[in-house]
Amino acid sequence: MSRSRGRWLGAFVFLSPGLAYLVVLMLVPLALVFSYTVFQRGRFGGVVYEFTTENFERLFDPLYLSVLGDSLKIAAITTVAALLIGYPTAYLIAQLPRRWKTLALVAIVLPFWTNFIIRVYAWTILLSGPGLVNSALAKLGLGPFELLYNQGTIVAGLLYSYLPLMVLPLYAAIEKLDPQLREASANLGASGFTTFRKVTLPLTVPGVLTGSLFVFVPSFGNFVIPEMLGGNKSIMVGNLVRNQFLSARDWPFGATLSLALIAVLVVLLIVQAWAARRA
Amino acid sequence: MSRTRFTRRLPAAAAAAGLALAVAACGGESSSSSDGTTVAAADQLKPNADLSKQSVQITVWDGYTPKELPQKAMEQLKIKNVQIQLHETNEVAMTKLTAPGDSGIDVAFVSGQYAQALNEQGLLEPMHHELIPNLANLYPEATQLSYDKGNKYSVPYTWGTTGICYRSDLVKSEPTSWNDLLKPPAWADKKVTMLATERWLALPALKSLGYSINTDKDEELEKAKELLVAQKPHLLRYDDTTFGDRLVSGEAVMAEAWDGWCPTTDPKGNIKFAVPKEGSDLWVDTMVIMKSSKNKEAAHALINYILSPEIHSWAAENINYKVPNKAAMEQVKIAKGSLLGTTPAELLAGEAAIDLGQASTKYTRLQQDVTAS
Repeated sequence: MSRSRGRWLGAFVFLSPGLAYLVVLMLVPLALVFSYTVFQRGRFGGVVYEFTTENFERLFDPLYLSVLGDSLKIAAITTVAALLIGYPTAYLIAQLPRRWKTLALVAIVLPFWTNFIIRVYAWTILLSGPGLVNSALAKLGLGPFELLYNQGTIVAGLLYSYLPLMVLPLYAAIEKLDPQLREASANLGASGFTTFRKVTLPLTVPGVLTGSLFVFVPSFGNFVIPEMLGGNKSIMVGNLVRNQFLSARDWPFGATLSLALIAVLVVLLIVQAWAARRA
Repeated sequence: MSRTRFTRRLPAAAAAAGLALAVAACGGESSSSSDGTTVAAADQLKPNADLSKQSVQITVWDGYTPKELPQKAMEQLKIKNVQIQLHETNEVAMTKLTAPGDSGIDVAFVSGQYAQALNEQGLLEPMHHELIPNLANLYPEATQLSYDKGNKYSVPYTWGTTGICYRSDLVKSEPTSWNDLLKPPAWADKKVTMLATERWLALPALKSLGYSINTDKDEELEKAKELLVAQKPHLLRYDDTTFGDRLVSGEAVMAEAWDGWCPTTDPKGNIKFAVPKEGSDLWVDTMVIMKSSKNKEAAHALINYILSPEIHSWAAENINYKVPNKAAMEQVKIAKGSLLGTTPAELLAGEAAIDLGQASTKYTRLQQDVTAS
């Protein structure tokens, strides 16, 4: 009895810094965000503490639904593209000799050492009308093309930014595979493709799901890339939230939108956890 | 440029003769009389108060006043301490100033329509003109701004307008109308930018349709929206911060721009600024004193000091904004191509942006409708 109580106490002592961190930096702010959703906008921003359900009704406005749909679409396309590029990359890295493997992994992570905004800004320099890509194409007698400020560029920017988040979990999953399983499959007469389809891929599904989530989540909520590479011409949920807080001064509706964003992501997390367990 | 950046993103206020009555009717005057406190409850200030016992806390945009201002003010005015806090936007300043309790701010820099809103809430100390003799330095026009005729609660610091900034060597004809921007000719297709901030996004469309920039009529805003949605495919992008660079590089040939931000002093001399014939706005950034201030004599002394030509001309010379101070402008050297030579009369042709209260959400909606379309 006392021993088990001691164990609980020990666990509590060790967990408390983490718990305190969670409570102070996550649960309390989340509770604040949640509480704002039922109040009204103050005339000069801020919050008037009068109850309303109007913020939730506004969520279903076709305008916001279309922005939500667009964001889902852009994030989904980015995720699928990242998977199509990331899986072969991770697979190849996993086959490399140890020395090259480390080098390849460092190369994947390397861009993260530079500030995100600077990297995105670099794209605008590359792709702008008189930019590097167009001036190189001009030498070949091509273009100029309008490479910036459309949804395709937003997807490209998101893909560039978050591809490493797909490759790393995939690599971890593929690396963990027992090579004997593949050998066994080959010995039993399966072709390389069949082995991949029936052995490698199913066993790396958790990696696929984790990587997809890692790419989807930041893509879905991103607001910097739509602004810098999309030229503000199309907006995503992240821009909507930011606009509510910074330019519309409508904190309650901004909080409601954030909550909707969180809700979508929580659903995705549950789906991922469920699928990973089944895999 | 970065120092001007935050300011110009802000809704700036303005004044226009045509709106004077409307503002007076729904603006500061009526509300100050309705709550009866704004003017009546003013403290009796002592012209000979001992400033060495008072400290002044200012909130202002980054880079908007001379760095050495606090030091100089302490030395020359013998104020005990002068400290500067920064705000990025009017909205941030408003949050600070309207929060319950004492903000600790004595002097705040906000755009005119925000000064108007603060005054309507009874948060501003009336200006005691006897403590600000340098008010005499202002252009007469600057004392008759529609949101605050007679500088009852605010003193203007900078002013300007919005227009079309363009590359005179890359346009086939010089822009004269907002329609040149709204329906760009083929040679300018996808080479024009618009300001992204709500009120300015709507401005060209509202003006080209002959409406007020302060309209809250749904049908007028709807028509403006249609115009902006139709324009969108022909735009390079919406841009509040880098349009100047894009004009210099030639990526854009025309941009909706704030005057102080249009790089007309570019050495090549190809960049020009035009106020379209349909008219535009007049924005004013102002200084106000909070009613909650416990250092009102020092706050007045500081504003008086800022209005001295020595200090006030700094803004024109360093941030390229026109200042509504005749004495200061007379000593500013105006570079070739600079817009500092615009006269107050030309500026006052613009329509004042006023505080729209809850109706401002209609502009938010319009901006979101346009960007999401």
